[in-house]
Amino acid sequence: MSARALNWLRANLFYSVPSALATLVLLALAWKLVPPFVEWAFVNAVWRAPDPSACRAAGSGACWAFIAEKHRFILFGTYPYAQQWRPGLGILLFIALYVVSALRVCWRPWLALAWVGGLALIGMLMWGGVFGLPYVENERWGGLMLTLILATFGIAAAFPLSILLALGRRSNMPAVRTASVVYIEMIRGVPLISLLFMASVMLPLFLPAGVSIDKLLRAQIAMVMFAVAYLAEVVRGGLQAIPNGQYEAAEALGLSYWRKMLLIILPQALRISIPPLVNTFIAFFKDTSLVVIIGLFDLLTAVKVALNEPAWSGHGIEAYLFASLVYFAFCFSMSKYSQRLERDLARGRRHILRED
Amino acid sequence: MADAPIIEMKGVDKWFGEFHVLRGIDFSVARGEKIVICGPSGSGKSTLVRLINRLESHQRGKIVVDGIELADDVKAIEAIRREVGMVFQQFNLFPHLTVLENLVLAPTWVRRMPKREGEELAMQLLKRVRIAEQADKYPAQLSGGQQQRVAIARALAMRPKVMLFDEPTSALDPEMIKEVLDVMVELAREGMTMLVVTHEMGFARTVADRVVFMDRGEIVEVGKPEEFFAAPKTDRAKLFLSQILGH
Amino acid sequence: MSTAPRLRRSWSLYDLRVRAILYQVLLVVAVGLVAWFLILNTTHNLEARKIASGFGFLDREAGFAIGETTLVAYSAADSYLRALTVGVLNTFRVALIGVFAATLIGTLIGLARLSRNWLLSRLAAGYVEAMRNVPLLVQLFFWYTVIADNLPGPRQALSPLPGVFLSNRGIALPVLHAHPAHAWMGAALAAGAVGAWWLARWAKRRQALTGQPFPSLAAGTALVLGLPLLVFLAAGAPLRIELPALRGFNFSGGMTLTPEFAALLGGLTTYTAAFIAEIVRAGVLAVDRGQFEAAYALGLRPRRAMRLVILPQALRVIVPPMTSQFLNLTKNSSLAVAIGYPDLVSIANTTMNQTGQAIEGIAIIMAVYLTISLAISAFMNWYNKRIALKGARPA
Repeated sequence: MSARALNWLRANLFYSVPSALATLVLLALAWKLVPPFVEWAFVNAVWRAPDPSACRAAGSGACWAFIAEKHRFILFGTYPYAQQWRPGLGILLFIALYVVSALRVCWRPWLALAWVGGLALIGMLMWGGVFGLPYVENERWGGLMLTLILATFGIAAAFPLSILLALGRRSNMPAVRTASVVYIEMIRGVPLISLLFMASVMLPLFLPAGVSIDKLLRAQIAMVMFAVAYLAEVVRGGLQAIPNGQYEAAEALGLSYWRKMLLIILPQALRISIPPLVNTFIAFFKDTSLVVIIGLFDLLTAVKVALNEPAWSGHGIEAYLFASLVYFAFCFSMSKYSQRLERDLARGRRHILRED
Repeated sequence: MADAPIIEMKGVDKWFGEFHVLRGIDFSVARGEKIVICGPSGSGKSTLVRLINRLESHQRGKIVVDGIELADDVKAIEAIRREVGMVFQQFNLFPHLTVLENLVLAPTWVRRMPKREGEELAMQLLKRVRIAEQADKYPAQLSGGQQQRVAIARALAMRPKVMLFDEPTSALDPEMIKEVLDVMVELAREGMTMLVVTHEMGFARTVADRVVFMDRGEIVEVGKPEEFFAAPKTDRAKLFLSQILGH
Repeated sequence: MSTAPRLRRSWSLYDLRVRAILYQVLLVVAVGLVAWFLILNTTHNLEARKIASGFGFLDREAGFAIGETTLVAYSAADSYLRALTVGVLNTFRVALIGVFAATLIGTLIGLARLSRNWLLSRLAAGYVEAMRNVPLLVQLFFWYTVIADNLPGPRQALSPLPGVFLSNRGIALPVLHAHPAHAWMGAALAAGAVGAWWLARWAKRRQALTGQPFPSLAAGTALVLGLPLLVFLAAGAPLRIELPALRGFNFSGGMTLTPEFAALLGGLTTYTAAFIAEIVRAGVLAVDRGQFEAAYALGLRPRRAMRLVILPQALRVIVPPMTSQFLNLTKNSSLAVAIGYPDLVSIANTTMNQTGQAIEGIAIIMAVYLTISLAISAFMNWYNKRIALKGARPA
């Protein structure tokens, strides 16, 4: 073994007696646990099996064939088979929107237009009824596509509202401020489940007789109401970080309240808030999984329902591991991006912190 | 016995990973001597000073402080830290304690002083650095110059035999440098052994017994202040002085 | 004796104060109108569907059984109110145990992440990333499927430790038989705690006077542990442990954690621990390196430095987000409804389904959680004010 490797081992693993002990214990645990797992998950695994009994054969490992058989269901729900290229394209469009928004060169006003256009395009793709695409009612949407729809439309709708709410919370007018505080504290104090129940059960009661509201919209409204409160707190943090001098300079120039906010304050505040906004989005993305409780068909529900089929039952571990992997892929990449963004933005902004 | 140097370094080398930051340092400080260490950044002067109270450790050579050899021996390190006081560039006052509590902390817990005695000592020192009226304030409520004076008093509360200063005025606004330097000059006049890393050449001329010039990890030149500033012997020292004093 | 002249308010739309009043009046009127509209529709719809209103249903007989209860007994003949109370207690049970366990595990992992040992810190980092990027509900389902579907039946139960049995009917643990001596032990524990506190105060005073330190932590611990131990031994060391034993198709005796409770507790704990680990790590890192150096330069030993200088500063950074995580854990316990643990939301759901009174049910759920979260917020505000670092030079 080379001298450098030995040095590294000595400095990082064996620099003291407790550390050496810990290293040995961890290595022993790895020795006991990792090989059986690898055997189960890879070596003995069944990758393709048109016939479910192959997975029950003695000595077989993980039944990934279950995923292979059910993957369309998990990704697209009960969308008509022949039209599944549409949600497939939709998923790609979503990812494209995220990636474009992530690049700092694209942080221009036209990005908002791109979002509106992109979301409209996705809506058109999914519903159809135009341009020769057959209509597909949204009761048939499901799987990963539904998760992305709930998360993305949720944040897109909630974001502008949250800015208003944050401004309201900082307002000098008591009625406006009280209303904002009450809303924010109430929403943040209760679990998301209760909001989903509220939307799912109470919204139909709020509407005049004869007007109905479909399940997806109810869930979307609940998610938006939830997101608005949390996003508002993040935006408020950004507004608080702007030095008073900025507000004063804008007022001294004679700008009206809304001009001041739109031209001077919000651009700066939102820039500062971007990393915590991304973190809020990641949490929100994970929270979409709760719609399984009110019977909407997102990625997690699809996995659960796929498990119910008697021929394939009993493979819960593989199913939930797969679901975990999909969520992890999205959330981990977003969180790494957020960390990098925070570092980059902090570096450029150090001179602003030396105020007064 | 009074002739034995209070700090002695022989053949000291230090590496940060692959970077050889101190090369073959031979250096000693007599009791009551005031040394100013200067040099370009990266020359290793801060590291040299931090070796003395074991905030950094040396890989080769021998360091003896007040008769105790510096090694990995915990007892030796503790004994040395009791006798060596340090003032940092960033003050490093404890923000959750008042000025008085900052001073009383170490004497109480390290020298086992009763609290009343510690507080009396603290107030004496605060008067000495002319900041007694701020005793109950918190560090964040004081200016930089005031904070650094408190830091000096805090180090003095341990009644050290040697005081180390690591660029004590570099983080201060210009109008506050004088108040801190005045305290340091008084300390020097009272006979404290001092090692000061600084760019303040006026201070060096007033107070220093010797000026040590370091560059790239080596002690390049040592001399009395008048000789060093008027007629530096080496080219590197000449270059450094022209950069520092030129503007 | 002159006062500032009163400005004559011009009742024009350009006056700022007039505008403010106008906006607020408009807001109140708009909200009022919307509320009136919604209430009108709601009452109409409720009548049409013959759904009752009001909280009278709370006295009616519930008519459904509850799988597990905490502290109170319950049967299907009890009222809805009692059923909901059981739900609240069940929620508290899983939330309190979860908070303790998550804080313990989270702190250990956070410190592991800071360790110099490369293996330890990478493994801890991997744990944190894995837990934080997968939704809690997926993790709960995973736990539940492992326990309920993949563990063997009671007859082939796994037994990692003597007396502990893991099977798909739950986790069976040994439990101590109640004995009068235990009450005395509890009293001894309380006495030990009070004694330790007194000792600490006396030691602090003594040190202030004479400068002599006293190992009050070690002595205090000895008191708190030792006194109950003495009582225990004096009573003849009554240690009858009831081991769960297989009888027929299941275990009886001892204490059994249902698969639902075990899955919920396990999932909540491991998930929240990852967030707490990051909070602890951020707290320790937030303390400037210079603070360590100043403390060491003064001659303070690492443990003293930690206690007097580092920890107080780290805790200031750690406590607010930590209480936030406790609140999150409590709110997240509502996911119990998805795996069948009878917490408040679960039981309220059943109640709503049976009585049809959804609005009252949801109102009860929200009221309980709001109370909990407002209480925690109030505590945090009080704590923050008390320990806030006094700063900001005046002008």
